[in-house]
Amino acid sequence: MRDAPWRASIMKPVVDSWKSIVLAAALAGAAGTAPALAEEGGAHAQPKPPRQEWSFAGAFGHYDNAQLHRGYKVYKEVCSSCHSISRLAFRNFSEKGGPELPEAEAKALAESYKIKDGPNDAGDYYERPGRLSDRVPPPFPNEQAARAALNGAYPPDMSVLAKARGYSRGFPLFLLDALPGFSYQEHGVDYIVALLNGYADAPTGVELAPGQYYNLYMPGRRTGMPPPLSDGAVTYDDGTPQTVAQYSKDVSAFLMWAAEPHLEERKSIGLKVVGFLIVLSFLVYFTKRKIWSNIQH
Amino acid sequence: MTGHSTYTPKSGFARWLERRLPILGFIHESFVAYPVPKNLNYLWTFGAILSFMLVAQIVTGIVLAMHYTPETTLAFDSIEHIMRDVNWGWALRYAHANGASMFFLAVYIHIFRGMYYGSYKEPREVLWILGVVIFMLMMATGFLGYVLPWGQMSFWAATVITNLFTAIPYVGNSITTWLLGGYSVDNATLNRFFALHYLLPFVIVAIVGLHVWALHVTGQNNPTGVEVKDVKKETVPFTPYATLKDAVGLVIFVALFAWLTFFVPNYTGHPDNYIEANPLVTPPHIVPEWYFLPFYAILRAIPNKLVGVIALFASIFIVAALPWLDTSKVRSGVYRPAFKKFFWVFVFVSVGLGYLGAQPAEGVYLIVARILMAYYFLHFLVVLPLLGKYEKTLPEPRSIAASLGQAATEEKPHA
Amino acid sequence: MSNATKAEPSRRDILFLATGAAAGVAAGAAVWPLIAQMNPDASTLALASTELDIAAIPEGQIVTVKWRGKPVFVRHRTKQEIEAAQNVPLAELPDPQADSARVKKPEWLVVVGVCTHLGCIPTGHEGEFHGWFCPCHGSTYDTSGRIRSGPAPSNLEVPDYAFLSDTKIKIG
Repeated sequence: MRDAPWRASIMKPVVDSWKSIVLAAALAGAAGTAPALAEEGGAHAQPKPPRQEWSFAGAFGHYDNAQLHRGYKVYKEVCSSCHSISRLAFRNFSEKGGPELPEAEAKALAESYKIKDGPNDAGDYYERPGRLSDRVPPPFPNEQAARAALNGAYPPDMSVLAKARGYSRGFPLFLLDALPGFSYQEHGVDYIVALLNGYADAPTGVELAPGQYYNLYMPGRRTGMPPPLSDGAVTYDDGTPQTVAQYSKDVSAFLMWAAEPHLEERKSIGLKVVGFLIVLSFLVYFTKRKIWSNIQH
Repeated sequence: MTGHSTYTPKSGFARWLERRLPILGFIHESFVAYPVPKNLNYLWTFGAILSFMLVAQIVTGIVLAMHYTPETTLAFDSIEHIMRDVNWGWALRYAHANGASMFFLAVYIHIFRGMYYGSYKEPREVLWILGVVIFMLMMATGFLGYVLPWGQMSFWAATVITNLFTAIPYVGNSITTWLLGGYSVDNATLNRFFALHYLLPFVIVAIVGLHVWALHVTGQNNPTGVEVKDVKKETVPFTPYATLKDAVGLVIFVALFAWLTFFVPNYTGHPDNYIEANPLVTPPHIVPEWYFLPFYAILRAIPNKLVGVIALFASIFIVAALPWLDTSKVRSGVYRPAFKKFFWVFVFVSVGLGYLGAQPAEGVYLIVARILMAYYFLHFLVVLPLLGKYEKTLPEPRSIAASLGQAATEEKPHA
Repeated sequence: MSNATKAEPSRRDILFLATGAAAGVAAGAAVWPLIAQMNPDASTLALASTELDIAAIPEGQIVTVKWRGKPVFVRHRTKQEIEAAQNVPLAELPDPQADSARVKKPEWLVVVGVCTHLGCIPTGHEGEFHGWFCPCHGSTYDTSGRIRSGPAPSNLEVPDYAFLSDTKIKIG
């Protein structure tokens, strides 16, 4: 190249100190054929969670009321003994876009819990039945109490868990995930379903510390949570199959609602807003053309 | 540049005000009669789009600030309070977070437009430098804002970026402690980041004022790169022509913004930021928001901490030097076929660096990042200066009017 | 604008009008959430009413509860207090109001414990009429919470309340 002498005189001092760049250039060709996307978790890569079908997915998504009821039952009977969900309030259960319990039922639900309140006039803390305005009380008063009871493990709060988990789809799938028609926002719940079904016997050669369990989808393929679900563990009144697969879907849907209680409103308003803006863009475009019609441009 | 008409106050009140504070005349001269080349394409609507996004971010930001608490034990919960309880809180929060992404998308398109058409060249050097200053203020504001939700990414991004300052020789550690208000990112840091995040957008407004002023002194560039020679034949008054064209660009942009906000609001975010900040647990991969990824890739490409930081800042400052690095006498890339190719390579390199910024800084990713980083600097320091000297350019049109094939007789450009 | 033909103007005008109207709707729709977000949020509205168990309040006692950030006095009135309240000629009252208009059941008086003068909290069982006395500027209220003397202009406010049962009231 004509500018090679130029380049050499600039690059020389740079190249001398950046041997890695020279090495890199040499390796670039060979490296081009190298495989792999790095996977989450480093050494023991987790498989990608399979994609599930969700009623709340897509532009027209909405929660399945019955599923949220079942999911809450699974949360209450299985998960709540260790996991808090402290940003959920009892009044949320009767709000639109969720389980939509009648207010009296939500009130009764609240009253079935004991809430720590106080101090009273004597300076003591006391317990009282819950009210609609209260949030769901945690199973442990603080992190240290949880760790002490659970072998040092701290079960994460579940309020936004469905949004706090996900997995990398890699290039180019991650580009598709934003597109209308292909949009995919349910990485979190798919991950949760996968891990609830992902317990397995540790393969030979894998050492598990006491209190650890082998799970294909957890980071490092290990978790301090024993398999929480088993067939028949929770009774469903509506005839839905009482299997781990079903429980995991129902509780994940419930967790999605707990994380995004306004999802239905958001999507329904979104349809109106985007639809309106499409119409408006046509109107503004034709107005612009009209006004510019006599200008040569 | 004088416009198509002078302002004559229409009402008694307007005359009264005009004599005391000629703001109506100023607005008329700057945004109604102000002449704009008539051959601008839709890439020129991004200035208005950016102004809109700045206002949108400030407005949504102020209302969010009415409900947010900048204290480490309360911040995360206050955001959840906004999302769950505040009327329309979920919409305002998602609009503000996705608005930041849209703001940066628009600014990158705006910058690439400038690079392609030579909008940085004489006499628009100060305009260009002001733009780079605005870009840096945007980056600072975006960084500060991302810390506020106090999620895992918020905390660890703050830790990584404030740690950069320890690279400064001798005074690095003192400066970092001073920045943090402590020995690690903690409440003092969060509180001051909130104050600064609220402040900087107004500094941006002031610099944008200078930016638009500088623009109005020289007038817009245009796709031919040939300056306006005949105001009557080659320009149209800003209102209604540019106003409406900006409106078209704006509405389409806002439709995209709305799609993001209402249907995939967490797409550009990272799930780890829904985990409360934990100083004792580092996330497996610390990643900034997408608009910082190319610079993050450059930072991590260099093994030496100080040199990495210098490279990071250099990669932004070098953009400001463009007017002097590009030696071409031809302004617009339309007439520079060799330049065009290198321009698209540069765009590809920038996007590539962005992709690499999200990958672990090891193995083949690191190697490619180093190659792309090298090319990034070479583009400014070597390619552009040499291109100006050696490239074969196409003949530029004599004038904008000539490029439009306009007849000698003029039509009336406005009613 | 430029050359308007006879047939064109009305179609053009409709386009301009439609665009302008749509833009106006968009602006309004965008501004509304910015204003509405300042209204009380869901967690505040949830505390907009409070329930109180009144079974344990003995006769003669005044209980103070917090409601919407303000104190509310719930007074289990004695027979003398009820009679004193009912037998006042309305002409004597600076803010005339019959006791029957201020209570649902005569034994229970529920009033907001904020002096209508400048907002201090009056002390119960004090003052000439054994109702309340405000220490700030000397306003005196009777056993129906009505202003009798002092600078306060009006009676203590009676909030919205209802008996859910004989032993439970809901305020707000």
